[in-house]
Amino acid sequence: MSTDHLPEHPDFLWRNPEPKSSYDAVIVGGGGHGLATAYYLAKNHGMTNIAILEKGWLAGGNMARNTTIIRSNYLWDESAAIYEHALKLWEILPEELEYDFLFSQRGVMNLAHTLGDVRESMRRVGANKLNGVDAEWLDPKQVKELCPILNINDNIRYPVMGATYQPRAGIAKHDHVAWAFARKCDELGVDIIQNCEVTGFLKDGNRVVGVKTNRGTIHTEKVGLCAAGHSTVLAEMAGFRLPVQSHPLQALVSELHEPVHPTVVMSNHVHVYVSQAHKGELVMGAGVDSYNGYGQRGSFHVIEHQMAAAVELFPIFARAHVLRTWGGIVDTTMDASPIVGTTPVENMFVNCGWGTGGFKGTPAAGLTFAHTIATGAPHQLNKPFALERFETGALIDEHGAAAVAH
Amino acid sequence: MLLISCPNCGPRDETEFHYGGQAHVPYPENPAELTDREWAEYLFYRDNTKGIFAERWLHSTGCRQWFNMLRDTVTYDIQAVYPMGQLRPATGSTAPTVTTPASPEGAIK
Repeated sequence: MSTDHLPEHPDFLWRNPEPKSSYDAVIVGGGGHGLATAYYLAKNHGMTNIAILEKGWLAGGNMARNTTIIRSNYLWDESAAIYEHALKLWEILPEELEYDFLFSQRGVMNLAHTLGDVRESMRRVGANKLNGVDAEWLDPKQVKELCPILNINDNIRYPVMGATYQPRAGIAKHDHVAWAFARKCDELGVDIIQNCEVTGFLKDGNRVVGVKTNRGTIHTEKVGLCAAGHSTVLAEMAGFRLPVQSHPLQALVSELHEPVHPTVVMSNHVHVYVSQAHKGELVMGAGVDSYNGYGQRGSFHVIEHQMAAAVELFPIFARAHVLRTWGGIVDTTMDASPIVGTTPVENMFVNCGWGTGGFKGTPAAGLTFAHTIATGAPHQLNKPFALERFETGALIDEHGAAAVAH
Repeated sequence: MLLISCPNCGPRDETEFHYGGQAHVPYPENPAELTDREWAEYLFYRDNTKGIFAERWLHSTGCRQWFNMLRDTVTYDIQAVYPMGQLRPATGSTAPTVTTPASPEGAIK
């Protein structure tokens, strides 16, 4: 086959440097959070002699596997603050990163199917408004006006009794978000090192002084862990524990369709969330598989359940086909809130526990984690999300509160 | 879908079972003497093994009995099923082994 007519390969967005023998800081994990952390370390704190170590390829883990939903309608003050800050960053990032990653503020609807749901939803709308988060309560007729393909008949098993709606929420193209951060990181001098797996840590007493990898030893003053589902594996190498359990979380897409779905619809109760990607696929996610797993795949009955819920809510989807399903490994905590802060090991920091909702938090995770690494102390926004909360009891219990299908 | 060999009912679909997380986590012997750190460990910290993991399952729509299982958390291969109260069996064999269920007294720990 002749290759004469193939165009030139476009310019690469980042270099692929060899790892140096030392850096001022090393970020473990080249997903969205690792990239955002490196970006803000370089931009806000002037730390440019840093590296991101990624064991596979850039943004090939949960950053490539999420359903791209961005919203900030969380119940508790601490969560609303950090997720709303993230949403405000999402609103300025395309310009700041000089990259249109298709952030589309098409709104997110969280359906209520029971009286309990209705009460919880109205309470959350009130809490959101007090926290400066845009939120509205919609009755079934308003739900139908906003999303005409939704079935609001009251003869289904879990009828739609209303919904909360956040107009500023939406979706973004996840791969492009990663590439936007990666290009800027690279421009700022950050080394993005792919195919570089961390195999251990060098410690001087209780202080981390380096990272052992399959591509040699790298000395560093500070280490930031951004490894999502593999956080406990790394923590164990470093000699401490994290209250995190890794579970498979699956998602799927249909074939391409004409635009039929104008917003994002999530249902905690029947366990499905649906949007339509820019290209036209219907993108759907559900809850985690119950068992611990690192296999990046889950059980089929979870998908079956999620499809049944989707077809009941959207009868028009009955003739659509599942094109692809996949799984990622999510790092869940007992209070369904992330852990961003210091660790028992000196100069080692951890950003994990974002569970099923890490994508939306990407910019705020990066901003606050970079602050924590650079200054050694948490940013105001991630202070409540410290590891110590599991000892003090100051949990941020978003289970069932965050309008999320955990 | 996992195919799980319940020690009482035989092989059944995963949908008949409920997951119970890490096995062999005993209730603290002297709860009143625990520090906050030790309570945190008991309440919130569990192993998150990548590899062979000892975990509890409940056959909720069958015999309603709890049992333990050794499962590889990467391949999801089930390596052993054994009763509550029994020590974790040695691994090495890849073939699932089903051991005899314990007496009812020994079933719930």
